[in-house]
Amino acid sequence: MARIAYQKLEDRGARFWGVLALNGAIVLAGLGAAYVMEHRGHIVTGMNNQIVWGMPHVFAVFLIVAASGALNVASLSTVFGKVEYKPYARLSGLLAIALLVGGLSVLVLDLGRPDRLIVAMTTYNFKSIFAWNIFLYVGFLAVAAAYLFALMDRRASRAAAVGKAIGWLAFAWRLVLTTGTGSIFGWLVAREAYDAAVMAPLFIAASLLYGLAVTVLALEIAGMQSRQRLVGDAIVGRFRGLLAIFALAVLYFTAVHHLTNLYASEHRGIERFLLLEGGAYTAAFWVGQVLIGGVLPLAILAAPARGRSRAAVAAASILVLIGGLAQMYVVIVGGQAYPLMLFPGMEVQSAFHDGEVARYRPSLPELLLGLSGLSIAALLTGIGLKLLPFLPEAVGGRGADAARPAA
Amino acid sequence: MSCGSKCGSGCGDGATCGSGGARGDAADTARRAFLRGVAAAVTTLAVGVTLYSFGTEPAAARAPVVPGAKVSAKTRWGLLIDAAKCGDGCTACVAACRKENGWGDAGRPATDAQWIRKLTVRNPRNGAAFALPMMCQHCADPPCVDVCPTGASFKRADGIVLVDKHTCIGCRYCMMACPYKARSFIHEPLEDQKPHAPRGKGTVESCTLCVHRVDEGRIPACVEACSDAAGGAMLFGDLNDPSSEIAKRVAAYRTTRIRADLGCDPGVYYRNI
Amino acid sequence: MRHTATPSAAAAALLAAAVLLLPSAPAPAGDAAWLPRPALGQGEKCVADTDWMRRNHMVALTHQRDATVRDGIRTERFSLKGCIDCHAVKGADGKPATAANPAHFCRVCHDYVAVRVDCFDCHASRPEADAAGGRQAAIGRYLGRPAQ
Repeated sequence: MARIAYQKLEDRGARFWGVLALNGAIVLAGLGAAYVMEHRGHIVTGMNNQIVWGMPHVFAVFLIVAASGALNVASLSTVFGKVEYKPYARLSGLLAIALLVGGLSVLVLDLGRPDRLIVAMTTYNFKSIFAWNIFLYVGFLAVAAAYLFALMDRRASRAAAVGKAIGWLAFAWRLVLTTGTGSIFGWLVAREAYDAAVMAPLFIAASLLYGLAVTVLALEIAGMQSRQRLVGDAIVGRFRGLLAIFALAVLYFTAVHHLTNLYASEHRGIERFLLLEGGAYTAAFWVGQVLIGGVLPLAILAAPARGRSRAAVAAASILVLIGGLAQMYVVIVGGQAYPLMLFPGMEVQSAFHDGEVARYRPSLPELLLGLSGLSIAALLTGIGLKLLPFLPEAVGGRGADAARPAA
Repeated sequence: MSCGSKCGSGCGDGATCGSGGARGDAADTARRAFLRGVAAAVTTLAVGVTLYSFGTEPAAARAPVVPGAKVSAKTRWGLLIDAAKCGDGCTACVAACRKENGWGDAGRPATDAQWIRKLTVRNPRNGAAFALPMMCQHCADPPCVDVCPTGASFKRADGIVLVDKHTCIGCRYCMMACPYKARSFIHEPLEDQKPHAPRGKGTVESCTLCVHRVDEGRIPACVEACSDAAGGAMLFGDLNDPSSEIAKRVAAYRTTRIRADLGCDPGVYYRNI
Repeated sequence: MRHTATPSAAAAALLAAAVLLLPSAPAPAGDAAWLPRPALGQGEKCVADTDWMRRNHMVALTHQRDATVRDGIRTERFSLKGCIDCHAVKGADGKPATAANPAHFCRVCHDYVAVRVDCFDCHASRPEADAAGGRQAAIGRYLGRPAQ
């Protein structure tokens, strides 16, 4: 039985520490921004009574969705028995935890009363999907940690049954969690951009896409850093195929959502807004989500010879992630910008911005807070890779490639 | 002082009486029961003395509240608003609510709180327009209550939907969920709040149906202002009491509720919209 | 339970005792400067024993607030407005001090034990300025005490 060997990330001098320091600085800036927001109130942000969730939530939900999908590579090996992905399972678990911690940090720091975090974690209204999500996110951290233990601990990793059980639990937990995240929007009857059952599967597809893209980029970056090839050609080919399928799935669910809305005259207003007249939101949808996040990556991956290369897969991953941020922006901010229809067909006016498209200009504190979420994830990943053997041995070393079945 | 608990040594001995919530559930319960008993006795006196010393408002004459008792679901407070009597430029209800509850005009309309506002609704085809006040609709099945992760947004037994700001974490999910845009988030530190209407930075708030007035046997400030000043367009009362004016009018006239199709069962009825 | 985290009264008392007994701690002139001395409220006595209040005021507040907010039970005896009305302290400008002023009734002890008071983020920390004595006077009359 061939065993897979793992390694820690060797730092090669200034570049590694420089990147960590940069991320550390961004995290500090984000914490400073959170302090200002808490001390002076949300008046320092661009969020207001019309757009109540802004850039921090765009980044936070993006990170959380990516976190759940990042565990997918591990699930492929444990749950679906595709042993060729086993070498990447540990990294997949680390990324899931790092991304989720990054997303949750931003979410918590943006609360109006972040000092009441204990209240949020101990007082639950279980009719609220948001309450369920808080519970599921915290639980997911525990489950992912247990999963990593089962993968990495010398004795536990030999007990295949334990690994499989935790793997199945993590897989099921993720599905419920991501369905819950999508339902945060999907279950809101008040807003025309939401209130759709398809939000849940859309978010599941998006999580698979973003999670895989992050895993691919993490492997590429770690490989560049350690000047080794960590992913064999066969696996690159599989990643390419998976990325393409997931990107198509996201495009599919997006299309179904909008086509369904377009058919009903009730929803034509919101569709007209998002797809045509929404200014920044329309641009973010067509250029960001559809073109950069879907069509371009697919085109790159489909290119006859070069589409199979490492560079193509990495480039597609980057584009997909940019498109993902755009998608979150359209869903979260665009969905709130469209006015509530209190009197359908009538023009409504008031001193409280009824009947108008809401304005939103993100301010520096909230952008810093959102970015710091990405940096928290990067920092945790970098430190984790350095401390513990998450990365597989280089290709050409023992057992890192698909050819032989691993233990 | 005897606190009626089982310790018998009196409250001078703090160690046995129990401090904080962790120890002595029995002592807690006993103390709570004692407090309730005292509260009942005291508020029995209080209602009489209060009404005498503060004066009753003739326009707001209502049966006095039962002192010390929990509010019950036998009552359902609601409003009936006749848009035909609502003047286009009149904002008496808004001004009265502002004065009563202390939410103000910081000069930043995008982030300023708004508990009640006047809507002007215009038909684009023929230009016909009408006006009406819009506030929290105090739904019987409120989406804001469903979505609150900590249960801070809640519906009192008598139908008033409130935010318990002791538990509110300021996540603003209820603001996303409300179909009527009734809720506001407080974006700045506040000072000199009205003692009967606590409100603070980082929490969410909305029309409380003047719950502090209702609990004293009075009517909301907006309704009072509308009856005094302008058209008398607003009526407050118990929807569950068939003998109340509001219940009689809702039974007699054709009324509707805004976005009734959502099934939230709002407690604010409108005529002539 | 909807408590916010607070150190127990016992720990606070222990800390106070420890500080008192440290001989090397710098001592301003006179024993009076060591202990917090909040201003006396109006009238002869509070709605409960000072001893009981010291230990249990927070418990009373946290339970009573749920009864008031959720169940609509409002009592004159344990009303926060009542506490504020009776325990108002005059500030330098002749008006009652707010919680921003260290002379505020709650601040005197709470600053000493370094326990942050969360209440006044939302609640008014001084009585509402009223014409003709207003509510403050009425409470005073009700409780049989001279208004100030």
